[in-house]
Amino acid sequence: MSTGTEGLVSGNPGPRSWRVKIERRLEQPRWLMWISPIILILAALAVGAVLLSIVGVDPRLAYSRIFSAAFGTPAGWLRGEIYPLSDTTVKATPLILTGVGVALAFRMRMWNIGAEGQLFIGAWATTGVALHLLSPETSPWIMIPAMMLAGFLGGALYGAIPGVLKAWLNVNEIITTLMLNYVAIFFNNYFIYGPWALRGFGLSPRFPRNAWLPRLMDLSDRFPIFRGLTAHLGILFGVAAVVVVWYILKYTKWGYEIRVIGDNPEAARYAGMNLKRNIVLVMMVSGGLAGLAGMSELSGVVHLLQERFSPGYGFTAIIIAWLAKLNPWGVILVSYLFGGLLVGGDQIQPFGIVQMLNGIILFVVIGGELLLQYRVRILRPERIVERAAEASGS
Amino acid sequence: MSDYLIFFTTILAAGVASGTPVLYATIGEVFSERAGVLNLGVEGMMLMGAVTAFRVSHVTGNPWLGLAMGILVGGLFSLLHALVSITLRGDQVVSGLALTFVGFGMSSVIGWPLIDVRDAPRLPAFDIPLLADIPVLGKIFFQHSVVVYIGFLLVPLAWFIINRTRPGLHMRAVGEYPAAADALGIHVDRLRYLYVLVGGLLAGMAGASLTLAITPLWIEGVTAGQGWIAVGLVIFAGWDPFRAAFGSYLFGAIRRLPLDLQGAPVLPWNLHLILRDPLLNYFTNMLPYLFTIAVLVIGSREAMRKKLGAPAALGTPYIRGERGV
Repeated sequence: MSTGTEGLVSGNPGPRSWRVKIERRLEQPRWLMWISPIILILAALAVGAVLLSIVGVDPRLAYSRIFSAAFGTPAGWLRGEIYPLSDTTVKATPLILTGVGVALAFRMRMWNIGAEGQLFIGAWATTGVALHLLSPETSPWIMIPAMMLAGFLGGALYGAIPGVLKAWLNVNEIITTLMLNYVAIFFNNYFIYGPWALRGFGLSPRFPRNAWLPRLMDLSDRFPIFRGLTAHLGILFGVAAVVVVWYILKYTKWGYEIRVIGDNPEAARYAGMNLKRNIVLVMMVSGGLAGLAGMSELSGVVHLLQERFSPGYGFTAIIIAWLAKLNPWGVILVSYLFGGLLVGGDQIQPFGIVQMLNGIILFVVIGGELLLQYRVRILRPERIVERAAEASGS
Repeated sequence: MSDYLIFFTTILAAGVASGTPVLYATIGEVFSERAGVLNLGVEGMMLMGAVTAFRVSHVTGNPWLGLAMGILVGGLFSLLHALVSITLRGDQVVSGLALTFVGFGMSSVIGWPLIDVRDAPRLPAFDIPLLADIPVLGKIFFQHSVVVYIGFLLVPLAWFIINRTRPGLHMRAVGEYPAAADALGIHVDRLRYLYVLVGGLLAGMAGASLTLAITPLWIEGVTAGQGWIAVGLVIFAGWDPFRAAFGSYLFGAIRRLPLDLQGAPVLPWNLHLILRDPLLNYFTNMLPYLFTIAVLVIGSREAMRKKLGAPAALGTPYIRGERGV
């Protein structure tokens, strides 16, 4: 650990120069931990505003549109409008599921960048069950769990491929998971333009009613306030996934192994932990959650398989997991933020603005870890001399 | 017989052309990684280079100016990664991913007015005198756009710089054992900045060569993962420019396959009809990505067998006075 003195010895400051020194903090002050997310998000918005105006978009207009679409307007709140919250929940649902899956893999330092592909394969498997395996008259009590299982298994098996390659052949999982995203999308397209196509439009036929997840609006007979609200049962899958992953990580032996492997794989190996099995298992659970996100999106929102049902949920999940510091509960919070950004993004063109902001937020946050882990000190000339004398004296 | 020969010559020639952008990106990433910095932002830098080159070329009518600006913007973009991962010592994997997100989003915003543009000026293509007349090889290698020829020159040049010059030696030292390099008076962070920048300039060049010569149009995400493929090819290439070139051209041929198969010559048992089936396209389109995975498996196995591997300090920030390589 650097304490700052040897820098003076090995460096060559010159007797009269000012020096800027960046050194690691020994402990993080509490106030900084609380305030830093706010600073970082404000900083990201500021950087985003600069870049937006460089490319010719009025940042104030873009931001105010995004905010009002995502979270409503004060006038709307007074009228009791809750649909922006419902819309944001709809977008947050797949983000929570993919985000918590990615966070689990990242916790073991398995860079699963393939949540998007796993989500597509989950959606594909779901469609197979809903349209081809089970008859449309199947009771929803059987249909929905079967679809959930198919979605999870589809994503899990697809996630297992890079896991196996990593565990036994030491193949870099970043590239394989990424490549498999593209493969999954072509695979999907083959089915929606080929065998499952509805008149060649790149759409599958619509799911039977029994394969739809219940939405808030389905309850509007009893609760008129829910009229037109599209938030669906999938959000509960998301919350359940968060609870399960949090419990696994915190209270189970397996979770302990995941954490140890993530922090120090060599130590884990010496302790007799099975790295290969853990890599494959973690990739399967991570992929399975992404597959479940695909199921929930199809069964809760789109009700059919199509080419572009995901605006990059699986990629946004990476940002979300990192921003949440890989904490499952944090994933919910951050997913709502990015869900809001997605809802707002539907109101502005081009859609790239949202992706750009996503990237900038991530950038500012990782760069901003400097704020937490390091401190910048400016050393005046006298002090250098003084401290050098101290160092040589002691 | 000559039908088959023409068909294969066409595939290989197209492969050399369409592998050229990946070649630039791969060599750029070789430089960055040899200096110890993993930059997963290649896709984003390529997209920024591609959109800038295309827009400048479209607006000014000068493709060379477009090329220059594309290269420059790719380089500027890479400095974001350098700042976060070298100076601020952020996580290199996540910083690279962030760079790709920003590049994707920003290029789609900049490229918004360009979607229907089909008449942007391109970089010139010409035959190399004499060499172009060699049967078969002439068509494969010497009847191309100028960017392809620059690529031919870049490969030996990059190899020479890395393996036979003093700056190349310093670069490798910084990537393998920064503490030792530091002790010898080599500026670790400064050199890392430099080679991340080189990687960015070449990624910008990769994007520019795509939109100014190889597929001269702009659609959102026009690179279609080629930046990622470059990162994969670096591992396959074992951080060597010549193997990078081999991988890139092979990738190029495979990438063009769905198009080329439409013109497949007549084969026995009507196999050509299967090859020309449009639904097969969905699977042939997967091939470049599957190819990259296959190539990674080969590269990783070889690295394990020969104990050759990534530069030892790849992915780790260097902090003077702290333990580690």
